[in-house]
Amino acid sequence: MSDIINLTLSALIDKIKKKELSSQEITNAYIARAEKSKDLNTYITTDFENAIEKAKKFDEKGNFDCKLPGVPLAVKDLFCTNNLKTTAGSKILSNFIPSYESTVTQYLWDEGAILLGKLNCDEFAMGSSNETSFFGNVESPVGKKVVPGGSSGGSASALAAKLTPATIGTDTGGSIRQPASFTGTVGLKPTYGSCSRYGIVAFASSLDQAGPMTQDVSDAALMLDVISKYDTKDSTSVNFKRGDYFKSLSSNIKGKKIGIPKEYRVDGMPKEIESLWQDGITLLKKLGAKIIDISLPHTKYALPAYYIVAPAEASSNLARYDGVKYGYRSEGENLISMYENTRSEGFGDEVKRRIMIGTYVLSSGYYDAYYLKAQKIRRLIKNDFDEVYKSVDAILTPSTPSSAFKIGDKTDDPVSMYLNDIFTVPVNLSGLPAISIPAGKDKNNYPLGLQIIGKAFEEQNLLDISYSMEKELNFKNNLQDWWIK
Amino acid sequence: MSIDLKTIKHIAKLSRISIDDKKAKELEKDLNSIFEFIEALNKVDTKKVDPLTSIAETSLKLRGDEVKTKNIREQILKNSPDENKDFFVVPKVVE
Repeated sequence: MSDIINLTLSALIDKIKKKELSSQEITNAYIARAEKSKDLNTYITTDFENAIEKAKKFDEKGNFDCKLPGVPLAVKDLFCTNNLKTTAGSKILSNFIPSYESTVTQYLWDEGAILLGKLNCDEFAMGSSNETSFFGNVESPVGKKVVPGGSSGGSASALAAKLTPATIGTDTGGSIRQPASFTGTVGLKPTYGSCSRYGIVAFASSLDQAGPMTQDVSDAALMLDVISKYDTKDSTSVNFKRGDYFKSLSSNIKGKKIGIPKEYRVDGMPKEIESLWQDGITLLKKLGAKIIDISLPHTKYALPAYYIVAPAEASSNLARYDGVKYGYRSEGENLISMYENTRSEGFGDEVKRRIMIGTYVLSSGYYDAYYLKAQKIRRLIKNDFDEVYKSVDAILTPSTPSSAFKIGDKTDDPVSMYLNDIFTVPVNLSGLPAISIPAGKDKNNYPLGLQIIGKAFEEQNLLDISYSMEKELNFKNNLQDWWIK
Repeated sequence: MSIDLKTIKHIAKLSRISIDDKKAKELEKDLNSIFEFIEALNKVDTKKVDPLTSIAETSLKLRGDEVKTKNIREQILKNSPDENKDFFVVPKVVE
């Protein structure tokens, strides 16, 4: 059994196709491990009985030509799953059972995957440590009382702890890449418009994007093949020619031009991250890439602009939670007090903060000073990238300005928590694809990630660069299974 | 610029979130520290910059106005917080 959980997604698929392993054996192995790993608090909802039933059916008469034949997967609890509770980590959706399926999860099941359950996340994906979830903190398998990052913290923790062979998360300001970096896993945020947003609980619609979180780069390519498709149900879905990412993976990056942005060398960045970045540069040179110093002058304005744009969109998106059609309701003397009590009791502190910020920046008299200003800054940030992409193919940066921290360390100061996303946010504002790959460890043995940012719709290039680096980096988490009961 | 307690209460009202005085004071502190951080944007001259409203700056595609799912009344009402299974129910709004 321990052999099963140590296999990558692509290795598992290979064994299923060769009939060396059955879907039932694999599903049972992951369920057994999840039962012993409850202390990590990765799952909000499990669907194990149905998973076993589906695995049995797959073994009897499944289609082995699928891309994910009989593979059990757990997903972030932000994706609506038909007939299975979907909470977005919030009390206000704690009893919500969707009657439809998100497009990207449907693609997984269409390719033969089997749902194990729904993974913990920050409430409405608002957070960088998975500490805002109504369903409690998630612990990272990399260390006791260490945060897995967020908002896809449950996904990152479950993946690193080998409770699912791969998973999908969502990334609005770094919510796939930052937790991947914190847990020594691979996290890919595709170009805005690649993966359908239909059926994903909305946070900030102009920034939200679903993407794979996997053990290695090949698995990320494989998952991207499944979930990146044009979908008419999402009006911002883009109909571009997608690659055959997994099959086309190449580790030859000779002559590729990689930009190193000086603005990412921020004050107070730990030495070990600085040297991780330097080692990454050296490695790329060794692989035959050409390193070019670049400037993205508006980088420092990305985070403040994000904290206007994202809350503004969130305040509008979350207006729907009013206790009328679905979700939690608190009674009131009249309609207005019912709304106010429902939202006051149903939302947690961070979500309330962001709704308030968003409402303020959109309110009469402040719209031009804040919201319009932030949209103009957003243009300048995107222009910076457009300009450098005339001379480089991709950009290398650290994924985060620090490694994982302890639970409770940053909850008192919202701004210090927001600073976690300083290297990831510019990518969302510009709609670009980016990947975080594990590249080293800090003095506590916590993983550190490098981020590669690509050109819009050129995921193959991004995957090839990270694939070639991964081979040389040869990163191993070497977790001690301390949480197993 | 700072946001005072009165403004906090006004924003809470606009947000349809009831808050007590203690919570309002907490939010006053948090929001002021967040806006202090946001004020950095004022250093940038954006007079000649067009706002970026969406990354996919294309017009929305048109589609036929066709019914694709029907007879799902039960599904739609099944998550209603009220027991009534024929309608969504809210507190009385007319006397």
